Amino acid sequence: MKSTPLRLRVNGKTIETMVEPNQRLLDFLRDELRLTGVKEGCGVGECGACTVIMNGQAVNSCLVLVGQANGADVLTVEGLAEDGELSPLQQSFIDHGAVHCGFCTPGMVMSAQALLMKNPKPSRSEIKTALSGNLCRCTGYQQIVAAVEGVIKKVGADSAK
Amino acid sequence: MSQFRSVNHPVRRVDAYEKVTGRAKYAADLRFDGMVWGKVLRSRYPHARIRSINAEKARSLPGVLAVLTAQDVPGAKTFGIVVPNQYLLADDRVRYLGDGVALVAAETESIAQAALALIEVEYEELPGVFDPLAALEKGAPTLHAEAPDNLAVHHHVQKGDLAAGMAEADLVLEREYRTQFIEHAYIEPEAVLALPTHPFGHYLTIYGSFQNIYNIRRSVAKVLALPLNRVRLVQATLGGSFGGKDEVMHAMAGRAALLAQATGRPVKMVNSREESILESYKRHPYILRYQAGVKKDGTISAMKIEVYADAGAYASMTPFVTWRSVVQATGPYQVPHVRTDIYGVYTNNTYTGAMRGFGSPQVCFANESFMDEIALELGMDPIEFRMKNALVDGSVTATGQVLNRHRVSLKEVLSQALEAVQYQDKVREYRRFNETNAEKKRGIGVAVSYRGVSLGGEGTDAAGAYVSVQQDGSVIIHSGLVEMGQGLRTIYTQIVAEELGISADRIVFLDTDTSVNLDSGPTVASRSTIMGGSAMKDAAGRLRLTIHGVAADKLEVAQDDLTGEAGIIYSRNNPEKKITFEEAVRHTALRGLRLTELGWYQGPKVSWDEEHGQGDAYFTYVYAANVAEVEVDAETGQVEVLRFTAAHDVGRAINPENVRGQIYGGVAMALGYGLLEEVEMDKGVTRNLNFDEYFVATTMDVPDIQAIIVENPDEFGPYGAKSVGEPTLEIGAPAIANAIAFATGKRLRELPMDLERVLLGHSLRERRTKRGSVER
Repeated sequence: MKSTPLRLRVNGKTIETMVEPNQRLLDFLRDELRLTGVKEGCGVGECGACTVIMNGQAVNSCLVLVGQANGADVLTVEGLAEDGELSPLQQSFIDHGAVHCGFCTPGMVMSAQALLMKNPKPSRSEIKTALSGNLCRCTGYQQIVAAVEGVIKKVGADSAK
Repeated sequence: MSQFRSVNHPVRRVDAYEKVTGRAKYAADLRFDGMVWGKVLRSRYPHARIRSINAEKARSLPGVLAVLTAQDVPGAKTFGIVVPNQYLLADDRVRYLGDGVALVAAETESIAQAALALIEVEYEELPGVFDPLAALEKGAPTLHAEAPDNLAVHHHVQKGDLAAGMAEADLVLEREYRTQFIEHAYIEPEAVLALPTHPFGHYLTIYGSFQNIYNIRRSVAKVLALPLNRVRLVQATLGGSFGGKDEVMHAMAGRAALLAQATGRPVKMVNSREESILESYKRHPYILRYQAGVKKDGTISAMKIEVYADAGAYASMTPFVTWRSVVQATGPYQVPHVRTDIYGVYTNNTYTGAMRGFGSPQVCFANESFMDEIALELGMDPIEFRMKNALVDGSVTATGQVLNRHRVSLKEVLSQALEAVQYQDKVREYRRFNETNAEKKRGIGVAVSYRGVSLGGEGTDAAGAYVSVQQDGSVIIHSGLVEMGQGLRTIYTQIVAEELGISADRIVFLDTDTSVNLDSGPTVASRSTIMGGSAMKDAAGRLRLTIHGVAADKLEVAQDDLTGEAGIIYSRNNPEKKITFEEAVRHTALRGLRLTELGWYQGPKVSWDEEHGQGDAYFTYVYAANVAEVEVDAETGQVEVLRFTAAHDVGRAINPENVRGQIYGGVAMALGYGLLEEVEMDKGVTRNLNFDEYFVATTMDVPDIQAIIVENPDEFGPYGAKSVGEPTLEIGAPAIANAIAFATGKRLRELPMDLERVLLGHSLRERRTKRGSVER
């Protein structure tokens, strides 16, 4: 039963709707909003494929009930690119060969994005820590970490121009 | 500067944009109007007879559309590529916990789930067998009528005179090694969506997370009693596979199709992680008994190897996996006298099959650990010992194959890896470190391998390609070999771009569809670059001839004087004479010439004499050397890999960044194999069903990896390319084991080398059948 009113912002758009109170934020995003960039890999908060940014924090959307997101500001991977223009982080993932099968990619990008929002110049070890909740079976993480480092360097270089 | 324009360059992946924006559609992301949900009821016991199934209550639950059992399967009851002994739905018996017993289709996933609980199955539990050695004993419970001794397969290799070789030896050493069940742990759980046959249509369509689309189609057609042309499989973007999305997808696709036919509605099935780990096949655990005769000077005179592989409940790929093991078991060494036997044995454990490495990680772990143990016994440096026995150009392998058609680069890859880490300096440094440190111990370890490329004596080896130039000069390509994250689409795009002299962004890769693509066999055995890449080169090369023929006419130059680059076709002798690729294509089309080509590549001849255990097993080989540097916490047993260096001869790197990516990923998976991962089976019951208890390496576990690409172009590969996917993970675990032995002085012969094994030499964990989040 969709018995509970919900109001939140997703990727900059305000959404007002009725939801089932036991629905996970993950399912709300995927099934109701069709934001299927948010992936489910384990359902228990271990793999990070469902990571979204909620009020500035990277969260596993499989562990958040949709009601807990009431009033929240949620950002998914679909909200990163503006008018088809990739965010610097997304572009850096492509440039560094950090995308393989791609299933962990949205969650990985969102964890990295959340880190950069809080800490624009993280160290390599801070990057690794921030991504430690996101499993990847393809890349061995090296190109992913390089992609995050790359965007820091690039943004640094651009702002120095 | 590279002689190539597109190939051999780090071209960006062609599928990255969709993936990094979240637009790429994986199977679980698809939905159709009227879609319903399918669920599987799986077995309650690892081995039992099914006395009865009563689905009445489930059928009467509102929202349930169908409940199906084995009797509803219209065609063959079983499937399987080598030995078809796996049931789509159990008939009267279940042989492992993941066996499907009944299917439900319902309006929602939660109704389907609720219906499963209402299906009443009466079982008679049967005694099970859970260890391959026990399964071979007389009187052991048996699984299959056709295998009264539980033997799924036996292969052997026989070379020279073993007794004579052992008699020549000054030292005979014997060791036993054991490996564990490994989960593929692709981050995307399995999913399919089957559309029913339209009342006036002629075929059934199934979208899914498929690796080997033609094998899966074969099974679906068989169980539905349909000809192949009436079953169409479309691959959704695949979220990792590593050999894993094959037989488990035969079952899932067949079941969804059955439900779609029964309900007349699109049926979606998505495994939870727990369902995935429970049902899907694993990498085989092996028991490996190695014996070697060695002379004082360090020459290996003979090897006797006996291996027992736990096949679990069904044959799956066991006959082929074990065959690669038997061929490669002695490692990349010259051994004059060899006897190797491998037995694949049925048990009531989860069945085992193809996983990245395909029978090599187990024998590499044993053999490369063994080499260090022998060197230690001889008082010889392990590198010197390896170099002394290493395969070189012209060497004869254990299977009697003379290696004279490619560069045997074992010593080259090993030297490059050692040089990169400054091996001897590190040895001295870590010895000094260990003398002065009690809590932490450091070590360095090496492992090497050779690996047969593609399928070898396993079977037919051929692949096709489709390349079509459109009238505006843009290009469409597709392939029966599939993208699964390894970068195939990018590699093929680069090859076509190279041949046509255009940039990669003018090429579009069409989706993978069994009814459209050329059946190219399975995307396995690290064969897609060498096989499918050669087929792409064939098709694109012929198109180049056609288009350049027209261009030569227009420019009034000899055709062999023409070359193409960046979309311009020009005369080498007189670059002023030029025409754009588009213009040349336009004229080609105007002349009514064919602008679409099908490429084909048939693998060179290989041979295998099963009776004598000899043959030219593979048409070429790749060589690799890995070096692990570790720090062991002497108080907790925790192993930290400090650095990892991997040198791989890939023939030619079509895309160096992609090759490095394969190496990094393979090393991370090898690290998990060595230190972290084990699917724990407790009398056939899987103990760890999710990533809270099955540990995949994270960013915190994986060290900086130095990837070294060695290129010795091969006569059979496109531009000399061979392969890279699987060799990257086969020797990480023994390199780590050797590094741990260096650090601690203790030899670990069982994987994974977790805290307890490192600290105590054995595992402390008691076997239990309950886990935290799933009761059974």
